[in-house]
Amino acid sequence: MASCVQLLGASPSPYVNRVQMALKLKSIEYELIEENPHIKSERLLKANPVLKKIPVLIHDGEPICESLLIVQYIDDAWNNGPSLLPSDAQDAYLARFWALYIDDKNVDFQWYPLYKELREAPTEEARKEVLDKIFEGLVLLEKAFLKCSKGKQFFGGDNIGYLDIALGCYMGWLKVIEEMTSIKFLDRSKTPGLAEWAEKFCSHDTFKEVVPETQKLVEIFKMVQGRGKPASG
Amino acid sequence: MAEVKLFGNWGSPFSGRIEFALKLKGVEYEFIDEDIYNYKSPLLLKYNPVHKKIPVLVHNGKPICESLVILEYIDETWEKGPSLLPKDPYERALVRFWTKFLDEKCVPTLWKTCWSIGEEQEKAKEESTELLKILEGTLSDKKFFGGDSIGMVDIVANFISYWFIILQELAGLQVLTKEKFPKLGAWIDDYLNCNIIKENLPPKDKLTAYFRARFEAAAAAAK
Repeated sequence: MASCVQLLGASPSPYVNRVQMALKLKSIEYELIEENPHIKSERLLKANPVLKKIPVLIHDGEPICESLLIVQYIDDAWNNGPSLLPSDAQDAYLARFWALYIDDKNVDFQWYPLYKELREAPTEEARKEVLDKIFEGLVLLEKAFLKCSKGKQFFGGDNIGYLDIALGCYMGWLKVIEEMTSIKFLDRSKTPGLAEWAEKFCSHDTFKEVVPETQKLVEIFKMVQGRGKPASG
Repeated sequence: MAEVKLFGNWGSPFSGRIEFALKLKGVEYEFIDEDIYNYKSPLLLKYNPVHKKIPVLVHNGKPICESLVILEYIDETWEKGPSLLPKDPYERALVRFWTKFLDEKCVPTLWKTCWSIGEEQEKAKEESTELLKILEGTLSDKKFFGGDSIGMVDIVANFISYWFIILQELAGLQVLTKEKFPKLGAWIDDYLNCNIIKENLPPKDKLTAYFRARFEAAAAAAK
């Protein structure tokens, strides 16, 4: 019996993209139901009454919330394709730890807030401070990449895995920010492993067929800035 | 034989969670008490350079950090004994959702309610009440968050059962009472009555004295 899989989300959202990437890697067919992240529909409030956020995966009527939790759920519930999380407990720990770090609101390095801070920095000195934090965080992630990849092309080894998805979902928006600021964040001279990884990841179908093209994201960004609302969902 | 060490603090609910999990699984470990509020030891900084916090589990020399991730690691590594996470994928997703909700929203907000003052405290009190209502609803007709027996959600909610009760009394608040939250009240009684829990809680008078001293220090600093 074919299961019914629906994804409540919005295609420019990196958190929604994470789920789409996982579904694609597992060859799971699903219906994307576009939700406006700024207007909470009845359907969204019913599916995620506690947090009221996208993405929400609805599998045979049961809702699952929180992007990284949904990715783990997809890995647990479907056996098709390689596992997204490593089977070795120590490797699985590293994947989970770094994915948490990437999303952690309590560390200095946080994707969206830092890039917003960068744009809004009032002085050159303040701007440099923010840039320093960003690069410090990227250097940590470079170390994580070297440890997790063990010489292979992805954090997950030969195949794209949980941590690749956790970080890779931001690559579309990162390109937008690089274009707007003229700064290369994934710099081969500073973080060669990550720079190489980003190139491989972004040329993979998992990324190309899920994340909207940079120009489309730039348009959305400009439109949302014009309205004075935050770009991310 | 595997070597297991746990870097924690006698009064911390976060290292407390790990101790409950290790005891539930029957894993022998060495507890290293870190005086984290005053000092970060070189060993701690070596094992947790990113966050510089406890708890840190060190298994055969390899550090495992972040309490929720440590709990998953324990469940995967020591398969004998009761499971911390259910086997069913959907039930697992629910457990992960509630533990994340507790850690990211409930614990910080409840903590803030006790330590803030004035308007900030009023706002935190309101938020705490809303969060507790959600938890009350989740318990519905279950004895524990895990059903008939303790599960990972109960262990992660430990802060609410013991530490918050002590803190709210010291702060002169009545945010969580049996009258307002009967199911949570019953859960607290049942949870604290479990042998494995009550035998491993930090002594109430020691914890109360410790928090009282911190309240007094904070009040003095505010003047």
